[in-house]
Amino acid sequence: MRRITVSEVSKTFTLHNQGGTVLPVLNRISLHVDAGELVVLSGPSGCGKSTLLKMLFGNYLADQGSILIAGDEEEVDLVSAHPHQVLELRRHTLGFVSQFLRVIPRVSTWDLVAEPLERRQMDREEINERVSRMLRRLNLPERLWTLAPATFSGGEQQRVNIARSMIVHYPILLLDEPTASLDARNRDVVAEMVQEARAQGSALVGIFHDDELRGRLADRLVMLEATQCV
Amino acid sequence: MREPILTARDVTREYAPGQGCLGVSLDVWPGEVLGIVGESGSGKSTLLRLLSGQESPDSGTLQFIDRHQTVWDLCSSSESDLRYLGRTEFGIIHQNPRDGLRLRISAGGNIGERLMGVGERHYGDIRAEAEKWLAEVEIDPSRIDDRPAVFSGGMQQRLQIARNLVTHPKLVFMDEPTGGLDVSVQAKLLDTLKRLVHDLGISVVIVTHDMGVARLLADRLLVMKSGQVIESGLTDQVLDDPHAAYTQQLVASILQVN
Repeated sequence: MRRITVSEVSKTFTLHNQGGTVLPVLNRISLHVDAGELVVLSGPSGCGKSTLLKMLFGNYLADQGSILIAGDEEEVDLVSAHPHQVLELRRHTLGFVSQFLRVIPRVSTWDLVAEPLERRQMDREEINERVSRMLRRLNLPERLWTLAPATFSGGEQQRVNIARSMIVHYPILLLDEPTASLDARNRDVVAEMVQEARAQGSALVGIFHDDELRGRLADRLVMLEATQCV
Repeated sequence: MREPILTARDVTREYAPGQGCLGVSLDVWPGEVLGIVGESGSGKSTLLRLLSGQESPDSGTLQFIDRHQTVWDLCSSSESDLRYLGRTEFGIIHQNPRDGLRLRISAGGNIGERLMGVGERHYGDIRAEAEKWLAEVEIDPSRIDDRPAVFSGGMQQRLQIARNLVTHPKLVFMDEPTGGLDVSVQAKLLDTLKRLVHDLGISVVIVTHDMGVARLLADRLLVMKSGQVIESGLTDQVLDDPHAAYTQQLVASILQVN
């Protein structure tokens, strides 16, 4: 099943407060991703990999073209969608693992990871079971569970973030360097989780700077040309 | 399908030429948190007062659909209709808790008064509900008979939230709810607000100049400048990919703490 269909998408940033500088980043990009495959975006730094990934989540707006996202219920074009349609997609269809943890300060690790499950009105016992399994799997020691992640190390925060973003199954999962600040052991755990998501039928799009990992995970590479700036 | 519970079209209230709120249109959807950001004097608070019926617009239309699917035209509603909506369907959380609380009556009385406003009469039930709500906003229920005048700013603000939410309003308006508070208290309050809004499924219109608060609480954002909405969209989209010059400036001015 085709989950993502990007057609002729372009993106230009206009920096009004920096002399109106215009930065063309993507020029008529097309790609598609099916259920059960992992497409890795590659290309030199600054070629728009992150920009494209963010557009697939509705975080950045495309200037033109279309980005069709097929959920289980309906297909939505992110380029023309109403914000509520995007929110609805994010609830059930689109997951995003970023490099950064952006949460309300002082909320405990446990509550942060449980939140996506609570939003799906899962029963308490199953939530507890899944949260502790997830935190153990990512080697987050139990003494950290009741603490807020603000004081954690970069790698620990990153793992809280992964736990939170991957605890529910999404038909589409977008990965922005999910292993950036992880050690080898935890990187392998995340790689395994990514492969499991694919085996469960998720369509995945990712950016991985680690060549070894990219080689291990990618079904397909999509090369983005260096910026078409003149 | 769902439809907006509050619809504003071309709402204008001009205090002086170019001052106030000029031709604003917006929708508030069930269960969403709509953030309104912009600098001081951009018309945010005026817009909030217009939407909540605290002030009447010079022109434009405002339509609200209540829990019984009754459609109200807020611009032509009588004072008593607006008071009725204020008691039952709306909640208003002021920046300064002193504006939203009655400082001379007890904390429990502040919560109970709203319940009595919707017809609750049984003293024991009212007191039990007040105790429950104090706990809900993390105020020790043993303080139920204390007057809010002796509470800290953060506690007063949480009491104001309890007073507003106890009647399960459908739509809550908040004007800089974390404005006068210590940063450490803000985080706790944001967490409480986020949880209650989600659990009760209420809609919220929140005015703030704090982009951090907007990012954490709001589903959608409207950016105001000189009385007009100049940009709107999903909160993270507006903050991460701002298009208007003013929004770019606003986002670029955020202090990065981490």
